[in-house]
Amino acid sequence: MTIQFNDETFRDDYSFYNSERAIKRFPFPFHEDSYMYSVNMEQHRGGPKDSVYEKRFDVDEHYVSEMRDRAMVLADDPLRCQSLPHMTLAGWDLLELIMVSKSEDYPDLFELHRDGNKWRWINKPLGIDDSFVFLDEATLPYGPMEYITRQAQGDFCVLDQRDDNLWMDAGMVTTQADWSLDFDIGMNFFEWHAPVPLAHEKGIFVRALKFLLNIQQGAPARRLNWTMTVNPLLDTSPENYHKWGIQKTTLTPENIGAKQHLRVELQTFFRLPRSNALVFPIRCYLCSFQDLMTVPKWGRRLHRVVRDLPDELATYKGFIDNRPMMLDYLKNFDDGLPTSAGIWPDLETEPALET
Amino acid sequence: MSKFTFPESIRSRPIYGTLEARVGPAHLLVADAHGAEAILDVATPQMMEKAHIIYIPKGEDYEDKLRALKPASFYSGPSYPAAEPRLRKALADAKMGLQVYLAGTEGLMGQAQNAAMAAGIPHTAIQTEHRGSIARRMQCVHCKGITEEVETDPFVCSHCGLNLFVRDHYSRRLAAYQGVRVDAEDPGNVPTPKGIYE
Repeated sequence: MTIQFNDETFRDDYSFYNSERAIKRFPFPFHEDSYMYSVNMEQHRGGPKDSVYEKRFDVDEHYVSEMRDRAMVLADDPLRCQSLPHMTLAGWDLLELIMVSKSEDYPDLFELHRDGNKWRWINKPLGIDDSFVFLDEATLPYGPMEYITRQAQGDFCVLDQRDDNLWMDAGMVTTQADWSLDFDIGMNFFEWHAPVPLAHEKGIFVRALKFLLNIQQGAPARRLNWTMTVNPLLDTSPENYHKWGIQKTTLTPENIGAKQHLRVELQTFFRLPRSNALVFPIRCYLCSFQDLMTVPKWGRRLHRVVRDLPDELATYKGFIDNRPMMLDYLKNFDDGLPTSAGIWPDLETEPALET
Repeated sequence: MSKFTFPESIRSRPIYGTLEARVGPAHLLVADAHGAEAILDVATPQMMEKAHIIYIPKGEDYEDKLRALKPASFYSGPSYPAAEPRLRKALADAKMGLQVYLAGTEGLMGQAQNAAMAAGIPHTAIQTEHRGSIARRMQCVHCKGITEEVETDPFVCSHCGLNLFVRDHYSRRLAAYQGVRVDAEDPGNVPTPKGIYE
């Protein structure tokens, strides 16, 4: 299958859009009609054909434009990509993982040719054809982590494992849900999650850490997380919050369907072979409310989840002020019928909206 | 001066203890202002024979009392930045087993801890005791500038001039708390500043 890459923007005029295919494969994050934190981990060993779970690193129609947006963020603020000195080997591990995965999973788009340490990497969508020496930094235009993550959608946190903890010691973070790599770099698992409400008390992070420390090579894991974003803005960073925060106040009953986006993170976790680091890709998918409402099951469910979410979570996720307007919109898509279990759209089996 | 009891907070926020004398071949004690009281409390004649005290008085009158402890080496300086080269030299010269004691304001302890960590001492091996001012060292997440001695929430960033609210989220690497624009979603609507723990 050949992907048609969109020519679109995630800022200014926000020309981002999802095709019908992209809407149907959107990783809707609610498997039931309510939401609370949980350690919702599962093995990352493929998934339904054409779903975002199918490949190790999903490449979709937004790839080329997302990489263009990342380059703009980095030009404005190079501190979005940092690696503490002991993390370079993990960067090479990550480069290898992504190059091998993408060339195997998308042979029409990416090629990797290896002759000992002499490697040649061809990235057709981005027009890259580079030869370099594996483990020799001088042969790449950037450090290994930066080089490969300028060519891979989603943020990447590279976590060192020591003292029975994980340490945020390197990362490429340009599409984040309001946290700062520059501030959090060097923190351990509990410290960088410190601002999250409720989850510490529920023991979520203790259990999640235990799970993550034991992830083995070749047995990656995944989970979904979510928040809300007004406009399809990838760079919802705290660094730029003083510029984008005001956009949250631009919602009206007329534009909310188009402007309000559900923001979903597909988080995956891979053990890296040489460094024993853990790489934590956080892939962001955006979908407007009006596009989500084309799936009747999702319309019913999103209304119920947003309506019943505890205030602490709506505050933490930054949409408590807009929640009444969201509910006024979403209630039109909830006819009270039951919904099928699981996240999938079930378009063939779920009834159309009763009006 | 009585010790301030910090309210319970999030996991990234530092927790300070009470200095206790530990066995070691050498002792490095760094304090500012009322932190001197913690040194006076913990000092023993045996410790002082192998002690290096670095003190920043900030107008407080403890220098003579500290000198009277007769540490092997004593320094009193006008500011942390002025004292830092000496601190880094002491850490670079340190041998295995050096005991590090930090006392005083959060800004002083955070920065000195940072210097000790850069010298290879794990932060968990460094003792700290808070004394004196509860002002915070704040990083503006927007412009990255550090504002020292912040006593109110919100406050004005001394670099970019934005009105920032004071978070409890703390970075050891920066030795600072995070400040975030308070009126981003309603420009000009800045709450009246109040004391951080009020």
